[in-house]
Amino acid sequence: MSKLTFARAINAGLRKSLENDPKVVLMGEDIGALGGVFRVTDGLQKDFGKHRVIDSPLAESGIIGTAVGLAYRGYRPVCEIQFDGFIYPAFDQIVSQVAKMHYRTQGRVKMPITIRVPFGGGIGSPEHHSESPEAYFTHTSGLRVVAVSNPQDAYTMIQQAIASDDPVLYFEPKRRYHDKGDVDEALDLARALPLDKAAVVNAGSDVTLVAYGPLVKTAKDAAMAAADEGISVEVIDLRSLAPVDYPVVEASVRKTGRLVITHEAGQSGGLGAEIAASITERCFHYLESAPVRITGFDVPYPYSKLEMHHLPDLDRILDGVDRALGRPNSLSGLEG
Amino acid sequence: MLTDQAGKGVHHDTPGPGHSAQNPLRTGGNLLQLVSPDGERISHPEFDVWVKDVGDEQLCSLYEDMTVIRRIDAEATALQRQGELALWPPLLGQEAAQIGSSRSLRDDDFVFPSYRESGVAYVRGAHLAEIARVWRGNASYGWDPQRINLATPQIIIGSQSLHATGYAMGVQLDGANTAVLAYFGDGATSEGDVNEAMVFAASYQAPVVFFCQNNHWAISEPVRIQSHVQLADRPTGFGIPSIRVDGNDVLAVMAATRVALDRARKGGGPTFIEAVTYRMGPHTTADDPTRYRDPIELEDWAGKDPILRLRKLLEAKGLLTQDVEARVKAKADAVAAELRSSCIGMPDPQPLDVFNHVYSTPNSWIERQKDHYSRYLNSFNQPVEEGAL
Repeated sequence: MSKLTFARAINAGLRKSLENDPKVVLMGEDIGALGGVFRVTDGLQKDFGKHRVIDSPLAESGIIGTAVGLAYRGYRPVCEIQFDGFIYPAFDQIVSQVAKMHYRTQGRVKMPITIRVPFGGGIGSPEHHSESPEAYFTHTSGLRVVAVSNPQDAYTMIQQAIASDDPVLYFEPKRRYHDKGDVDEALDLARALPLDKAAVVNAGSDVTLVAYGPLVKTAKDAAMAAADEGISVEVIDLRSLAPVDYPVVEASVRKTGRLVITHEAGQSGGLGAEIAASITERCFHYLESAPVRITGFDVPYPYSKLEMHHLPDLDRILDGVDRALGRPNSLSGLEG
Repeated sequence: MLTDQAGKGVHHDTPGPGHSAQNPLRTGGNLLQLVSPDGERISHPEFDVWVKDVGDEQLCSLYEDMTVIRRIDAEATALQRQGELALWPPLLGQEAAQIGSSRSLRDDDFVFPSYRESGVAYVRGAHLAEIARVWRGNASYGWDPQRINLATPQIIIGSQSLHATGYAMGVQLDGANTAVLAYFGDGATSEGDVNEAMVFAASYQAPVVFFCQNNHWAISEPVRIQSHVQLADRPTGFGIPSIRVDGNDVLAVMAATRVALDRARKGGGPTFIEAVTYRMGPHTTADDPTRYRDPIELEDWAGKDPILRLRKLLEAKGLLTQDVEARVKAKADAVAAELRSSCIGMPDPQPLDVFNHVYSTPNSWIERQKDHYSRYLNSFNQPVEEGAL
C-alpha cells in the first residue's frame, strides 16, 4: 500500500498498462517531455519512448481520429484531452466513429480506446477549463463513461478502461489531482470491483445521496455533517456513468425512500434527470418524497469569482437532503 | 525524381528548414496523362517506368474490371429503382480512378474508402451481397474489414482520412512495409479532418496515400466552392508532395498510385493524389443533378469516358477481339445476375438484432431494453383476454 496523489495514481496505472501490453500507446498534447499540463503522464515518455507516448499536433479530432485508425490496426490508444472544454473539436470522431464502429461492423472492428478527460471546476481557471460535459457522452450509445473519485479507483479504473474492448471516456476530477490516498498497487484487476459497478462509500438509512467524480468527497463530508444532526446519509459513488449501476442505487432507495443526486454539470438533461427518472420508474412505491437534484446551474460555466456559487457544496447538498426529508429548507413553502 | 526528397528532414521532432513549397512529384502543373482521350499512348519520361509491366493481358483485365463495375453500378441503380435497394451512390465515370488505384494495391495494404468506392470493394474481393447489403438497409457494414483489408465505407465526409493516417502510424510502430490508402472526394478536402490528417501524416511521415477523386461535384456544389486553387496544390503547404493525374486514364492512375505507394513503403511519407474525373451520374439515386448541372458539361465529359478511352487504346493495339468482348460481356452479365439474386434473396435481419454489438461486452442498459422489447414483441403472440381492454 502506498500513499499517492490522484495524479500520481493515474500515472502509476498508465505505467502498469504500458508495461503489460505493448499495444498500449498514449497520445495527446504536451504529454511527452512536459508530462501533461497536470503532470499525469510525467516521466512516461522518458521511460517508454516517443513511439509509445506520443506528443500529438494540436488537433483534438486528429488525436481521436488517428486513434481510431490505430485501433483498427490492433492498438489500444489512450488519448488525453487536455481540458474538458477542448473535447468538442473531437466530438464528431467520438460520437460518429469511436462509439459506432463496433456496432457498424457488428463486432468485426473493436475500438479499445480510452479517452482521458480532466473535468470539473474549482481551480479558478478561465473559460473552457472547468466544464462537465459527461452527459453528452452518456447519451451516446457505444461509449462507456466513468468518473473516478479517489486515488485507488483512479489507479485501478484507468487500467480497467484500457483493458476494456469497448471505448471508455475516463473523467478525472482535476481539482482532486493533488489529494492523497492509499493505493494498493498490487491489487489484482480481476479481483477489483468491475468498471461498471457503483460503490456505497458511506452506509446510511435516511436518505440516499448519489455523487460521482469531484463531488464524492463533498458528499461524504455532507454525510458526516448530517450525522451530527442525527441524519443518516447513504452515499453512493456512481463510478460508472454509462451504464449507471441502477441495482445498487435502487437497493439503497428501497431502504431509505429518499434520493438526492448531485453533480457539477448543469441540471437540465443531465445525469441527475436520468437517474431520477429511472429510479422513479424502478421503485416508485418505495419513494417517500420526490427525487432532489443539487447541480450546477443551467448557465455556461461562470468566471472564477462566481464558481463557488455554481458548484454544489456541502451546504447546498445538505439543503437538498433536508428537502428530501421534508425538513425546513430553502424552498420550504414553495410549490412546484 | 520521386524518391525521398520530400521526406528529408521532416521527422516530427526536427521540423527542418527544408519545408519549401517544392513538390517533386508535380508534373509542371499539368495533368499526368499516359493515354489520351483518343486512346493514344502518350509516353512520359518519369512515369512510364511505373507501368512498363502492364502488358496486353493486364490491359484487357483492367478493361474487364472497369466494365464489370460499370455493370454493377447500372444493376444496382436498377435495383434501387425497383425498390430492392434503399439507396445507391453511383460511381459512373469514375471507373478508371477506382480500378487503376485499387489494382495498384497489395493484399496486405489497408484501404479506407468513402461510400462511393464500390469498384474498389469489388477489386479487393468483397462479395456482391456484401456490397449490396448496406444499401438495402440490411446492415451498416458489408464485408469483414480484416478479411480484405478494406475498412467499412465511411459516410461522414473525410473522417476516414484520419483513420487511414492512424492506421499508417500503427504500421510504422510495427515496422511493417504495408501502405495505407484513403479515398475521399473533392468536397472532403474542405473538412477539418482531411486537413488534420495531412498535419498528422506529414508530422509523423506516415505511410499513407491520400487518394482524392475530384469528380467535380459535392452533391450540387462545384469544386470551385471547395477550393480557390487546384486541389493538388493544397497538400504542398503541409509538406506533402502531390500528383495531379487524369482520373479517367487508368494507366496514369496506376502509375501515380504505384509511385505514391512505393514512397510510403520506403519511408518517404505521405503522398496526395488528385485524380481528376467526373461524376457522370447523380450524387445518389435520391439526387437530381438536372437542377444544378449544365448538360453540356456532362456531354463534354462523356467524350472523356474512361472505358471508351481504354477501348480505343485496346482497339489501336488490336486487342479488342470478339473473344475478349464476349468474355467481358459474359463476366459482366454473370456478376450483374449474381448481384441481383443475392440482393433479392437476402434474408431480413431480426428485430432483436437491433441491440446486438452496441458493445463488445455485456451492458446492463442495453440488456434491459432488449428484454423489455422482447416482452413487448411477445405480447402480440398472447391471446388477448376477454374484457382485458
